Amino acid sequence: MELDSLYQEVILDHYKHPLNKKLSPTFTAQVHHVNPSCGDEITLNVNISDGIVTSVTWEGVGCSISQASTSIASDLMTGKNLDEALKIVESFSDLMSSKGTMAGDEDILEDGVALAGVSKFPARIKCALLGWMAFKDAAIQSSKN
Amino acid sequence: MKPMFSPAEIRKDFPIFSKVMRGGNRLVYLDSGATSQKPRQVLDAERNFYEQSNAAVHRGAHLLAEEASIAYEGARQVLTNFLNAEVDEVVFTKSATESINALAYSIGNSENGSRFALKAGDRIVVSEIEHHANLIPWQLLAKRTGAELVWFSVDPDGRLDLSNLEELVNASTKIVAITHQSNVLGTIVPLKDIVSRAHAVGAVVVLDACQSAPHFAIDVKALDIDFLAFSAHKALGPTGIGILWGRREFLNSMEPFLTGGSMIESVTMTEAKWAPSPKRFEAGVPNMAQAVGFAAAINYLNELGMDNVAKHEHDLTSYALKKFLQLDKVEVIGPKNNVDRGSVISFTIDGIHPHDVGQVLDQYGVAVRTGHHCAWPLMRKLGLVGTTRASFYVYNDEADVDVLIDSILEAQKYFKG
Repeated sequence: MELDSLYQEVILDHYKHPLNKKLSPTFTAQVHHVNPSCGDEITLNVNISDGIVTSVTWEGVGCSISQASTSIASDLMTGKNLDEALKIVESFSDLMSSKGTMAGDEDILEDGVALAGVSKFPARIKCALLGWMAFKDAAIQSSKN
Repeated sequence: MKPMFSPAEIRKDFPIFSKVMRGGNRLVYLDSGATSQKPRQVLDAERNFYEQSNAAVHRGAHLLAEEASIAYEGARQVLTNFLNAEVDEVVFTKSATESINALAYSIGNSENGSRFALKAGDRIVVSEIEHHANLIPWQLLAKRTGAELVWFSVDPDGRLDLSNLEELVNASTKIVAITHQSNVLGTIVPLKDIVSRAHAVGAVVVLDACQSAPHFAIDVKALDIDFLAFSAHKALGPTGIGILWGRREFLNSMEPFLTGGSMIESVTMTEAKWAPSPKRFEAGVPNMAQAVGFAAAINYLNELGMDNVAKHEHDLTSYALKKFLQLDKVEVIGPKNNVDRGSVISFTIDGIHPHDVGQVLDQYGVAVRTGHHCAWPLMRKLGLVGTTRASFYVYNDEADVDVLIDSILEAQKYFKG
């Protein structure tokens, strides 16, 4: 069924058991992002020290795609250096705008490749990008602080 | 007149129902609350206008200009009859959203001494169930003038709490802007007491009829309201055309919002005088083909008979509500009885986000709306991130409801455990 290409098992697992879904008490930057078309909201904290992302934590409400995608992003970014992390975000953005023509590089995106099917559903791309864009925003703010 | 109300026969007039949807399914279109589908008669009317009569209305002495003007003014007459209004009270706009914004700005442009001039201490009354289009223009008008914005609350059953009517609509109240039917809950607002209270304190009543006028007969004289907005595209008509109706004496004493060609009586290099309504509010070459399409849509509805349309939708809503209330872990958001209630059913499913519900339904050819439905304050009040909404119209039948219910069960299976 076409739906299965969207809702991969990995996604449903992250949705039911999201990673890092508890805001850290301290942070080097905090952002709040909203998807105004559906009302999904996310608050995301990052800690970045000496150019290394030491933690990404979040809270929010949203659909399975946005929740799973944020879970995957938070796990993937933790421990990366900032430049590397931003390159991964870019790689994920490219995947989302590929209209189903890319599978995604598992070495770079890890569980994120499970979201490749989202790119065939234009209405859901913003759901998948919510957490990644929040991270990017937070990372840039943190490096300015 | 068609002998019987038959959605299956009606669907034959709508080319879109022959489209094959995801999963190879037929289209079960339950999103008419967002926009309705269009019958061939409407598409033909627009095409015919462009092919046979296209010219700028109210300008030029040639045959096409005459024909275009006759078609455009004929469309105005159809809308006039539909609302039991007067022909110079029906203003074409590009949408209901534009109608309400234009009205709010026209009121805001009023000179001191006008009954519409607002000042600090005056009051504008809305409700918690308003669509953003009948909320934000009034928020901004209040901010520009210093007037106070207050609102009727919604109760847990989705009905407006009118117990504080006299307190809310007080002597300072100048405008009561209210929806006729909630686009989220289906609640039909009882207008009688609101209108008589508003008039008793000298306020005008603005009715957002987007969710009512397409679905049941509206008589602006019987309702005794002062202004009304609705759009063609939710009533089988084209996008890009709506109307603002207002009492003649009010329209003719108001300042226009959009200015330019057509809306003037005379112009010098330094001044202009306004034409009377409706031209006063129709600056520029209007959306003529769309107005003609709008009239074709209203004629189509008139042939069905608005009372028949209302009865069909009421019966279908009863059928659907009964089925919904039997579902496990599904909650209907809004009135659960079918009294003073339109053909909109919003619902939530435990543990499944509306966006995911909509995605699974789409796999079965079912088109619904998901999210906050441009009524974010209402969602916040109800403590919801969003709902899934099914809305019915003339082409829907019980089989559509059955597919919807089966698809909901599939969604529950898909996201179980």
